Amino acid sequence: MKGLFTGVFAIFWKDILSELRTKEIATSVLVFALLVVVIFNFAFESGADTIGLVAPGILWVAFAFAGMLGLNRAFATEKENSSLEGLMLCPVERHVIYLGKLAGSFTFMLIVEAIITPIFLVLFNLPVCMPRLGIIIVLATLGFTSVGTLFSALSANTKARDIMLPILFLPIIVPVMIAAVKATGLVLDGGTWGDISTWLQIIIAFDVIFLVVSLLVFEFVIEE
Amino acid sequence: MGESGLSSTTWAIEAYGLAKSFGNTRALAGIDLKVRKGDHLTVFGPNGAGKTTLIKLLSTLTKPSGGSALLDGLDIREAPGQIRSRLGVVSHSTFLYNNLTVSENLRFYGRMYGVTNLEQRIREVISQVQLESRLHDQVGTLSRGMKQRVAIARAVLHDPLIMLLDEPDTGLDPHAIMMMRDVLEPFTSGERTVVMTTHNLERGIEFADQVVILHEGRVAYQASGQEIDTASFRETYDRCIGMSI
Repeated sequence: MKGLFTGVFAIFWKDILSELRTKEIATSVLVFALLVVVIFNFAFESGADTIGLVAPGILWVAFAFAGMLGLNRAFATEKENSSLEGLMLCPVERHVIYLGKLAGSFTFMLIVEAIITPIFLVLFNLPVCMPRLGIIIVLATLGFTSVGTLFSALSANTKARDIMLPILFLPIIVPVMIAAVKATGLVLDGGTWGDISTWLQIIIAFDVIFLVVSLLVFEFVIEE
Repeated sequence: MGESGLSSTTWAIEAYGLAKSFGNTRALAGIDLKVRKGDHLTVFGPNGAGKTTLIKLLSTLTKPSGGSALLDGLDIREAPGQIRSRLGVVSHSTFLYNNLTVSENLRFYGRMYGVTNLEQRIREVISQVQLESRLHDQVGTLSRGMKQRVAIARAVLHDPLIMLLDEPDTGLDPHAIMMMRDVLEPFTSGERTVVMTTHNLERGIEFADQVVILHEGRVAYQASGQEIDTASFRETYDRCIGMSI
């Protein structure tokens, strides 16, 4: 177990250090998400009746497409100098590599969301302090990145990886996106924990199922 | 396989009918190999002969389509993790992260291999590859030769029993090749078993206790110790790979 945590943390910390130095993922993802939110803010007049209907979709469109930019890079960096082979030569189980990469992608995405969400709430004249929204974001992001990390590894071995990731990935994350949008809509309308519990359960079920499936199949995805 | 239990004390590497296919393409067509502990095996062969595939199979990076292989008595199918902890691999790719410094790269790999006294070990290996002054420089700023020396430091950080060198001097200028030979020398001497693939016949022969020429996935020539005819090896090589002499 100690080896598992050491390996996961080593990969996570390596990705953090690399990102701090290049700011490659953070900059592109953050700018993209910000642009989406700002453009939609101009398109839909804030405070209008339609805001409650479109705001959750705007938020999750921004997160999903920005997140995909980041996930595209997650394994691309491992392909430079064949570093993925270097990782695979290490005496750790393959799922340690998956968990390490997942931890990095999850953290990057949460940081971007922590910056974008308050800006989005202010731009759309919504209350800034929403703990329930925070929980939805964290849980949905876990599902999003657990599937995304797996497909990022898969598409990294293809020539057209920029195109392959969205094609493979978007259909799979439809359930978690729908649940996240619905739950976000309820929260923005002042819904209680009880109102969003069904959607939260769907997100949690998705997280558990895809985390387990990804751990099981990751070995076959990165080998050959 | 019947003799594997007995031989595991003597042999560092044993391969029995080791085969690998990619779709309909046969990269290795069932090869038999035995390398004694502490011996140096050089594998020659033209491009596409199966040298890199052999290294990938022995390093557990890919699974065989047929046959079996034991490293230090451990089956590559059954104990890949244990085998990887005994291996150091230097390839023409460095496996390094350009954005990280030399020390950060070594620290990362050291943690992945569970190296104890990591900081002291990093100082030792970086001094052996003569790059102390570049320890805190990003790998991306180093020359190709320097990167390859860092790759050697990375490969020996955990003091492996067996080293696999897959064309380690590819892409290096003559000066860098000489430098790398000097740097590699202490790591490939003593009890450590080394398998090296190369196109450089002179260097490979000079290095080897045992040589193998692969051609189209098969062992076309195999010799060890006194059997290696160094004087006419070029002719032997050309004949094995089907070139006219």
